[in-house]
Amino acid sequence: MPDEEYHEWLRREGRIVIVGASLAGLRAAEALRAGGFAGSLTLIGDEPHEPYDRPPLSKAVLLGKASPEHTELPRLRRTDATWRLGVAATGLDMTAKRVRLADGEEVPYDRLLIATGVRARPWPKEDEAQLDGVFVLRTRDDAVRLHRRLAASPRRVFVIGAGFTGSEIASACRARGLAVTVAERADGPLVGALGGVIGAVAADLHRDNGVDLRTGVTVTGLEGDATGRVRAAHLSDGSVVDTDVVVVSLGAIRNTDWLKGSGLGAGPRGIACDAGCRAFDFRGIVTDDVFVAGDVARCPHPLFGYQFLSLEHWGNAVAQAEVAAHNMISAGADRRPHLWMPAFWSSQFGVNIKSVGVPAMGEEIMITQGSLAERRFVGVYGHQGRVIAAVSFDNSRWLDFYQQQIERGAPFPVEYRTVDRRPEGRAPMPAGFPDPSLPTHGPTVTLSGYSPADRQLVFTPARH
Amino acid sequence: MTQAPLLRRITDYANRADPYPLYEELRRTPVLQEEEGGPYAVSSYYDILGLLHDPRISSDAAHLTAPDDDELSEPEATGLPPSFLRLDPPEHDRLRRIANRSFGPPHRPHRIDSLRGELARIVTGLIDGFGDARQIDVVDQFAHPFPVTVICRLLGVPREDEPRFRGWVDLIVAALDPETRQSGDPQFLRTAQEARMQLGMYLAELVEQRAREPRDDMLSDLVADHGPDGAMSTMEVLSTAVLLLIAGHETTVNLIANGMLTLLRHPEFLHRLREDPALSVRIVEELLRYEPPVQLLPQRTCVADIELRGITIPKGSRIWLVLAAGNRDPERFRDPDRFDPDREDLGHLGFGSGIHICFGAPLARLEAQLALTELVRRLDNPRLVEDPPPYRQNAVLRGPRHLRIAVDAVRPSEAVRF
Ligand SMILES: Cc1cc2nc3c(=O)[nH]c(=O)nc-3n(C[C@H](O)[C@H](O)[C@H](O)COP(=O)(O)OP(=O)(O)OC[C@H]3O[C@@H](n4cnc5c(N)ncnc54)[C@H](O)[C@@H]3O)c2cc1C
Ligand code: HEM
Repeated sequence: MPDEEYHEWLRREGRIVIVGASLAGLRAAEALRAGGFAGSLTLIGDEPHEPYDRPPLSKAVLLGKASPEHTELPRLRRTDATWRLGVAATGLDMTAKRVRLADGEEVPYDRLLIATGVRARPWPKEDEAQLDGVFVLRTRDDAVRLHRRLAASPRRVFVIGAGFTGSEIASACRARGLAVTVAERADGPLVGALGGVIGAVAADLHRDNGVDLRTGVTVTGLEGDATGRVRAAHLSDGSVVDTDVVVVSLGAIRNTDWLKGSGLGAGPRGIACDAGCRAFDFRGIVTDDVFVAGDVARCPHPLFGYQFLSLEHWGNAVAQAEVAAHNMISAGADRRPHLWMPAFWSSQFGVNIKSVGVPAMGEEIMITQGSLAERRFVGVYGHQGRVIAAVSFDNSRWLDFYQQQIERGAPFPVEYRTVDRRPEGRAPMPAGFPDPSLPTHGPTVTLSGYSPADRQLVFTPARH
Repeated sequence: MTQAPLLRRITDYANRADPYPLYEELRRTPVLQEEEGGPYAVSSYYDILGLLHDPRISSDAAHLTAPDDDELSEPEATGLPPSFLRLDPPEHDRLRRIANRSFGPPHRPHRIDSLRGELARIVTGLIDGFGDARQIDVVDQFAHPFPVTVICRLLGVPREDEPRFRGWVDLIVAALDPETRQSGDPQFLRTAQEARMQLGMYLAELVEQRAREPRDDMLSDLVADHGPDGAMSTMEVLSTAVLLLIAGHETTVNLIANGMLTLLRHPEFLHRLREDPALSVRIVEELLRYEPPVQLLPQRTCVADIELRGITIPKGSRIWLVLAAGNRDPERFRDPDRFDPDREDLGHLGFGSGIHICFGAPLARLEAQLALTELVRRLDNPRLVEDPPPYRQNAVLRGPRHLRIAVDAVRPSEAVRF
């Protein structure tokens, strides 16, 4: 059947299956219907809940300003889908075009979208991870449990890892008046995502807000009492911190295990896809009927040297879901590339942090507006003489400009005058990213090389 | 026949009723400097949006270096320091943050919303005041007094003092008009500066009172508040109060008057709004695109060379951001000359964008939504008496001076629903 005709048939009566019923899955389902897909649509999600929003889980929910039960994602249009919630996909047969489910059922598809996202990296020592009082935060159920424990006024909360989520959790705890210790292997919070210059600002932010921040240390062990409750954390510098709540915030693991043996180019860094969101098989050959979107995807980006990017960004999940949905039901010439500009936001200790581009590619940074000391500024990252990213603290209204600078490959350093340029912002300085070969748990953008097949890449978990 | 330069035709009062064909002409040269030393007019949607977020652009009066702007650019000359509208960061940000503590979230999240009931009562009272008249001037009897009453209430300025401050406000607003500036009458400009000083002195009395006896109003909060940024100086309080008083009504009056005029020209939407008050949200947004009360921002300069569409705007140039032209840019809006609140690409530059984006937007929206909804609900068979209506002189803050309409009756107000 010619391409056009096939897609017409597909739109009319094809079968589309989406695995992963969260942000990317829901938005893709809506976009499929908006794009005229009239066939059968099935969403498979291992969580028992309707799609909900995660960013509030470490912000409003922990602060008690929003109930964890009420972060449902708004529905933008009818999906007329069959929802298989609370059941995981356990396997994929690309030849027979079937998804295997945990309950033994098999669901056939003409087009498959994989949007299984990531899960929290657990504490690596299993017996310690089992202790009562040790938490991770990725799902609504995690948030309910953690929130309940925080509401019981623990004497101290111990956060392992000061990436965005860990920092937000620390911030929420301080706002609740709880004593908090944060342990971070790098020299400051957010160093993996934003580099050492910004990390130093974040460190001051933590300390000024009463966080007991320990940097340059790792956690060597968690200690429980006789009843199996956590009671202390041991650090690599020999110190011991008494605590009754530990939140493990060591980044994420891609949910690709269920694809083992499927022949898809799926590995610990995600599922490689082309700019049109079509998945690669493990040989690096692009598939025609398997698509990927959201946190689980690795996608090449022309602005960033065509490296594959893995983005744990809300906005990316939405944009990529829309592109994937469009391309799933469109013939070749009508397909669109996913060219989303990476953008991330976080709010912690009352500061609104936003970034565009890929800071981790930056060798140098310069503060083009405002001042680090006032914690209100825009920092611009340069990579090989070009603007590659920007970050703002309480200054997000300027970021559109810097986004355009990135899109245009504008020269770095930024020589021209800007309003609110301070003497400290005249010259670039080293951005202070740790050695990229060292795994960090913080970054929300991971550059994962040029090869679509990353199965041989071994991720060494952080040794804490 | 030689024609006057385009920018002069745009500011020419003769073209006030319908400047849109001129804006279309302007967009053909999206970056236009017509006269040596004159401003660069930027008229395409995306260029304007870009410049509003461009840190090479300054709103600071002190950066105006163009020759014909000498005495205006002296902030000292007015006696009052510039308001945050005419400042760059960090001063702009500090003052706006402090002002916001008495106006919006997170510090005062309910200030605007809690005014709903009061706004509705003011609207009802004004419409009741039409009595049995069969002819109404929507501007004088409604669109003007409504936002003045509101901003007075919000700030804590006695409403009955309007006769005292009206003259000063009119002079200050007239000085914003490029026509007046181009006429270059230094005497007039000095008068306007004096007016600003007088208005400041009038407000100083009130501020002093509020410092002694705080009430539930913004003047009290502005003098009292000691947030993380500290307090404003007394002079800063006064220039902020002048800004809020003027920005708080000179624009909204046009939005309401333009709105009623536009609805009368597009009766389909007038009827639909009568049936469905929720439509007022879309109608107001579309009005801010279609007939924006602030037509252009004439007070920007660039502090570095800027390349735009192959043209280099040299450092120190004045820039006009012609919002009303960008609002009808076919690159951004389908069928831009059509008033269509149903459009999918709803959006506008009516409140500006970037760090100077309208501070009062939530209030302005609420006022206009309430006003238009109640007008169409209560006026029986409203018709324009003259079209176009006579316009105000001002090319920047553009709107009808009078909007005379005929009605069959004014319906009684039911229970207030807001
Ligand atoms: C606490 C927290 C705070 C955040 N804050 C921000 C923020 O401030 N800004 C920002 O930009 N981003 C933030 N994020 C990231 C953002 O939430 C994610 O980028 C987004 O959720 C990605 O959506 P997704 O649909 O790709 O993946 P997910 O939301 O991870 O959804 C994947 C879904 O698939 C399910 N699944 C996995 N495997 C299977 C299987 N085998 N079978 C069936 N279902 C499966 C999962 O259980 C999950 O429900 C935050 C995330 C968290 C956890
Ligand atoms: C329909 C009504 C309104 C319109 C169309 C409007 C439009 C605008 C525009 C375009 C700007 C940007 C100016 C610039 O960038 O130079 C602005 C700024 C501003 N507006 Fe409004 N406005 C309206 C109502 C109000 C109201 C009701 C208030 C006060 C309560 C207000 C207060 C302000 C202030 C203080 C600024 C300066 C903001 C800054 O410089 O940071 N406005 N307005």
